[in-house]
Amino acid sequence: MANVSLRNVRKTYPGGFEAIKGIDFEIGDGQFCVLVGPSGCGKSTLLRMVAGLETVTSGEVDIGGRVVNEIEPADRDIAMVFQNYALYPHMSVYNNMAYGLRNRGMPKPEIDTRVREAAQTLELAGMLDRKPRQLSGGQRQRVAMGRAIVRQPKVFLFDEPLSNLDAKLRVAMRVEIRKLQRRLKTTSIYVTHDQLEAMTLADILVVMNGGQVEQIGSPLDIYRKPATTFVASFIGAPPMNLIRLSGDEIRAQFAGDSRSAAETGILGVRPEDLAISSEATADGGITLNLTVEAIERVGAETFVYGTRARAEKAVSATPGELPEGEVIVRIPGQDAPAIGASIRATAPRDKLHLFSADGRNRIDI
Amino acid sequence: MVEHRRWNDILAYAILILGVFIVVFPVYVALIASTHDAATVVNGNMPMLPGSHTLENYYRAIFVGGSRASREPVGHMLMNSFVMAMGIALGKIVISILSAYAVVYFRFPFRQTAFWIIFVTLMLPVEVRIYPTYKVIADLKMLDTYAGLILPLIASATGTLLFRQFFMTIPDELLEASRIDGAGPFRFFKDTLLPLSVTTMAALFVIQFIYGWNQYLWPLLITTQESMQTIVTGIKKMLTTTDELAEWQLAMATAILAMLPPVAVVVFMQRLFVRGLVETEK
Ligand SMILES: Nc1ncnc2c1ncn2[C@@H]1O[C@H](COP(=O)(O)OP(=O)(O)O)[C@@H](O)[C@H]1O
Ligand SMILES: [Mg+2]
Repeated sequence: MANVSLRNVRKTYPGGFEAIKGIDFEIGDGQFCVLVGPSGCGKSTLLRMVAGLETVTSGEVDIGGRVVNEIEPADRDIAMVFQNYALYPHMSVYNNMAYGLRNRGMPKPEIDTRVREAAQTLELAGMLDRKPRQLSGGQRQRVAMGRAIVRQPKVFLFDEPLSNLDAKLRVAMRVEIRKLQRRLKTTSIYVTHDQLEAMTLADILVVMNGGQVEQIGSPLDIYRKPATTFVASFIGAPPMNLIRLSGDEIRAQFAGDSRSAAETGILGVRPEDLAISSEATADGGITLNLTVEAIERVGAETFVYGTRARAEKAVSATPGELPEGEVIVRIPGQDAPAIGASIRATAPRDKLHLFSADGRNRIDI
Repeated sequence: MVEHRRWNDILAYAILILGVFIVVFPVYVALIASTHDAATVVNGNMPMLPGSHTLENYYRAIFVGGSRASREPVGHMLMNSFVMAMGIALGKIVISILSAYAVVYFRFPFRQTAFWIIFVTLMLPVEVRIYPTYKVIADLKMLDTYAGLILPLIASATGTLLFRQFFMTIPDELLEASRIDGAGPFRFFKDTLLPLSVTTMAALFVIQFIYGWNQYLWPLLITTQESMQTIVTGIKKMLTTTDELAEWQLAMATAILAMLPPVAVVVFMQRLFVRGLVETEK
């Protein structure tokens, strides 16, 4: 049972590359913290510093009130689940789970109890004698989990543990992991690049970009009030529509509240907050005139890709996510306008987000 | 298309059979020669069918030795060769797995240099460094000893390279998982690397056993006593008699006997060996 605190943690790799540029946050006892961000943003590096697999260039990593910078991984009282599971290929499932306990000199009967209990929980009881290669991907994943939980550590560390599984299994395991963590109440840090995984698992969500924290908060707070355009387009799928506005446009759009003072800025509106309507909004919301370019029907809902009639300036914080000028509208059901049609999409005023022109700050009323 | 394939098959088989014939024929001749008496073998018209002196020839080769020169019986030479080959094969495995472990898993000053020095020794087989090696062994008073036969041959760049390549295919996460599981460098080596290297070791063992078994120049140089003779040098000595006819039938019987242990090793280790070369269990 432990808090984990990172205090101004930095990491510079031997080549001189600064992978982590000063990170501060605290995870409360028993919380499930998810680090999310695009590939290469330093999530694994940060996690591995908590594990003790990478040295900390500067700053402090604190587990349960003890600064562990100089402490060996084995003595940090953590357990880690790797993306490729890293099971010992020559050891049986039983021994894979028991190995760490044996190295600690735990008495045999206790090891046996713990391994069998974990196997029961993870539905591995019938497979204790098998080698990892005789298991399916999902079962291997469970063994990796088992190896972590028999240790009864203070902190679980997960590095994209589900990304080698197929989509269906991933969803099932995601739920399992959450249930298990709720039951064991072990502080956990979970790395993923999948925003859906991040949203569903996290108590605290840490959105990272380029070795820095973009935003920390509960998943819903982050969804409702993204602090930067990066977070806005990373959390939520499809990403938030971002439209660059001039000073005049801002003044017109936000007349009557303090946001109208901004000189320039970026307006954000989530695809799910837009609706197709025949009327322009009257209540100070936004109205976008679009030409339909493409339609994606996924069953319960439909994504309408349109370009703005005044062909201008939608911006995207993550290049490639949303082409210039494109707006996505997410509507329920399967009824969609025809391709090439002109439509009007509207969103109410309280669903609009405004960011500074560089996308680094959110502007609230 | 089908026709085509059949001709291809036939051609392939023909080439294979020719190859096998070229390799096997001399062995066959040796085998036949070892079953005739001396007169038949030396008269120049080698029969192609076995003769009637098999038991006598092999009995003399194994237990008595050639009668005219005072030679060691083959039994003892086989024993010497076996000790030497085992010593070399096992020694090479131990040395090279340890050095590969150091080179791959430890960060120490001049690590890369150490690796390149090992690599460069590939260009220095025994024959090239034979004089200094002889000097060292002589000064260490290891002439005519098993240690003298074995030690200079156990350094192995090939083995080190083989293990290094293998270790580099083992995912880093396995080492990291071991570290988290509280296994230090020695435990990681013993509990993870060694078991994973079994097939590589088997492959290396077979190759190096045969390498050790076939050593000729080095044993010839440092053994003077008959009792330290290895079988490969022994065969040669059987043929270099000064005033008498070489006893070819005994030499051939000895050659056949000399082939058996390496063949046995290959056959015995074949499954592991092939697995080691073809796939690795990861
Ligand atoms: N051992 C290393 N040496 C140098 N650079 C590294 C090393 N490991 C990772 N990096 C770099 O650090 C950055 C962050 O990597 P990583 O933490 O693995 O990202 P993520 O897990 O978020 O995808 C990447 O740009 C990567 O190239
Ligand atoms: Mg990663």
